[in-house]
Amino acid sequence: MRTIRFIIQKEFVQIFRNRTMIPIIFLMPVFQMVLLAYAATLEMKNIDFVVVDHDLSSSSRALTARFQGSPFYTFQGYTPSLPQALEAVEADKADLVLVIPPDFDHDLYKEGRGSLQLLISAINGVAAGMTEGYSRSIVLDYNRSLLPAGASAEVEMQRISVLTRYWYNPALNYKTYMVPGILVVLVTVIGMFLTSLNLVREKEMGTIEQINVTPVKKYHFIAGKLIPFWLIALFDLAFGLTIGKLLFDIPIEGSLLLLFGAASVYLLVVLGLGLLFSTFAETQQQVMFINFFFMLVFIMMSGIFTSVESMPGWARELNRINPFFYFMRIIRMILLKGSTLSDIWPEVRSLAIYALFVLTMAVLRYRKTT
Amino acid sequence: MKRFIGFLIKEFYHIFRDRRTMLILFGMPAVQVLLFGFVITNEIHDAKIAVLDQSNDPATQRITRMITASGFFNLSELLHSDNEIEAVFRKGQVKEVIVFGPDFEKRLMKTGHADIQIIADASDMNTAMLLSSYTTGIIANYQKELNAGKAPPVEIHTGVRMLYNEELRGVYMFVPGIMALILMLVSAMMTSISITREKESGTMEVLLVSPLRPTQIIFGKVTPYLLLSFVNACTIILLGTTVFGMPIQGSLTFLLFESLLFIFLSLALGIFISTVAKTQQVAMFISMIGLMLPTIILSGFIFPIENMPAVLRYLSAVMPARWYIVIVKGIMLKGSGIEALWKETLYLVSLTLFFMVASIRKLKIRLE
Repeated sequence: MRTIRFIIQKEFVQIFRNRTMIPIIFLMPVFQMVLLAYAATLEMKNIDFVVVDHDLSSSSRALTARFQGSPFYTFQGYTPSLPQALEAVEADKADLVLVIPPDFDHDLYKEGRGSLQLLISAINGVAAGMTEGYSRSIVLDYNRSLLPAGASAEVEMQRISVLTRYWYNPALNYKTYMVPGILVVLVTVIGMFLTSLNLVREKEMGTIEQINVTPVKKYHFIAGKLIPFWLIALFDLAFGLTIGKLLFDIPIEGSLLLLFGAASVYLLVVLGLGLLFSTFAETQQQVMFINFFFMLVFIMMSGIFTSVESMPGWARELNRINPFFYFMRIIRMILLKGSTLSDIWPEVRSLAIYALFVLTMAVLRYRKTT
Repeated sequence: MKRFIGFLIKEFYHIFRDRRTMLILFGMPAVQVLLFGFVITNEIHDAKIAVLDQSNDPATQRITRMITASGFFNLSELLHSDNEIEAVFRKGQVKEVIVFGPDFEKRLMKTGHADIQIIADASDMNTAMLLSSYTTGIIANYQKELNAGKAPPVEIHTGVRMLYNEELRGVYMFVPGIMALILMLVSAMMTSISITREKESGTMEVLLVSPLRPTQIIFGKVTPYLLLSFVNACTIILLGTTVFGMPIQGSLTFLLFESLLFIFLSLALGIFISTVAKTQQVAMFISMIGLMLPTIILSGFIFPIENMPAVLRYLSAVMPARWYIVIVKGIMLKGSGIEALWKETLYLVSLTLFFMVASIRKLKIRLE
């Protein structure tokens, strides 16, 4: 026990001696979290649109006015023809073109049938889907306003109204959703990189040989390397959550104790992976690229930016070895839903087994002889 | 010049000697493009839902069947009371509950109007929004089926055409994004580390007393990485077009030229970082943690820039990756040429020059 304490003490001295690292470890994550929370939103607040109005009637103007009146749309002017409108889209000046054909007004009043076309720049498929949804509902509203007064017109139709409720985040607040996710990414990156770089650095500098000739046991050494970064990562998480609560008022429905309990298991996995990777590398550059590779895969597959439900089955199976995936679920469940230990037990159990496996591997792989 | 070539050869040896890093560097972009290309889609598959059916009549059964038969959903539980909804969400597997009130069909036939409630678990917001819109669409289809032959007196038909990406495929957004991300991070990390490494191990001193000029040292360090990253860019473009059917509407030469420019910029940024950082660790943290999330989030890779608050829009305008993504999308999907993209190109060129000049001025030829 005393040996471990001395190794920990040594590590702390080494970490805090490097003045440039302190702001990187403690301030950069929180700073990024705050900044990026504002950027990570799929709410379509600003759909730039142009109108190609071949009809120039009161109806076409009324419809255009509906779009102009919506706070989500920014009118970028009329273009005389479709090619010119498409040019605007190509130049990124417009995301949406509203094409009103000639005789729109005439058809609508004489035959009760009108048609119009929406052209949406769909490079970002998700955003395009949302633009379509918003636009259709505006047209539908306009359509409704044209129906003769009273329900008489609709009485023969059987209507089903769909009422959608969003539980746990009824206002669909993106920040509530993204802040915990971004925080987890940052804490993980910091923890994993610090741990793996640290060990390889000793290899590169040759100081590891000095430790190898001491009577320090393998698990002493691994524990001594792990605990300082584990504490730092937990501190970062707590710090980030406090800022998130103060600044964005993110809900904390569940127990913080449970959250930090789960986080400590999760961090064991992450740091263990960092240690394990470092046993495969000789130089800091190597270990960093290994880390970078896994990190990017873990992040992109964890469901932080895209929905896990939209992944094919084999990818969801692959997520079983993604520690991120488990903890992303855990933190959202505890913070937003107030889940209890019994709810998150399957995830915690998986993480615990994972931690045990990774740490055992790391201890076994670390050799005191070179 | 001969000295410079000698130095260059030494650098190449240095890099290619390290097989493991080579493997990762060349393997990483390929694996990542393949993996994400298949994983990131906008379509849901087998999402778990629950149904709380208080009427259980032919109409509700028909709707439930339509929903489960769509292939998007997987009915995992039948609930019997309101209280169960909370519990089922808390366990976290079920993402949506569809609630039919009592006497659904009777109401629909008698009054011509009935309600369905969709409750989605918005703690996973992206999923919640996707699921509810799919469900609403299926219910709308059912309604159409019911009212076949009947039509409202006034109806506007809205035709929608998705430009550049008719099937709303995720790869179109994803390939340019991952290209920018990998090129930027790999190039910046590699250069910043290899230079700080010389500093840390003391070999920088040896280089500085050699007859090579400091700028020659820098160019010698950067050239192998330029080549390496360019191969990576080609791999990504090749996989994107062959495996995922990304088109290249514009000129391939122009695309390669722009990629080379972007790589050059990232390398210059790496050099700049190395003039600030003293140790490899600091260099890595700046180039990795400082660049990764901002490049993912602020570049328009995933989140549209128009939706960001003004301050962040300006900040995103500084990000080189943002303009590179615009360029790649422009060339590949829209077929734009230099006349549409000269502003973005000019910005990348001037930023490269800026980093070069700044690092050469900051580069200390004497040791402290």
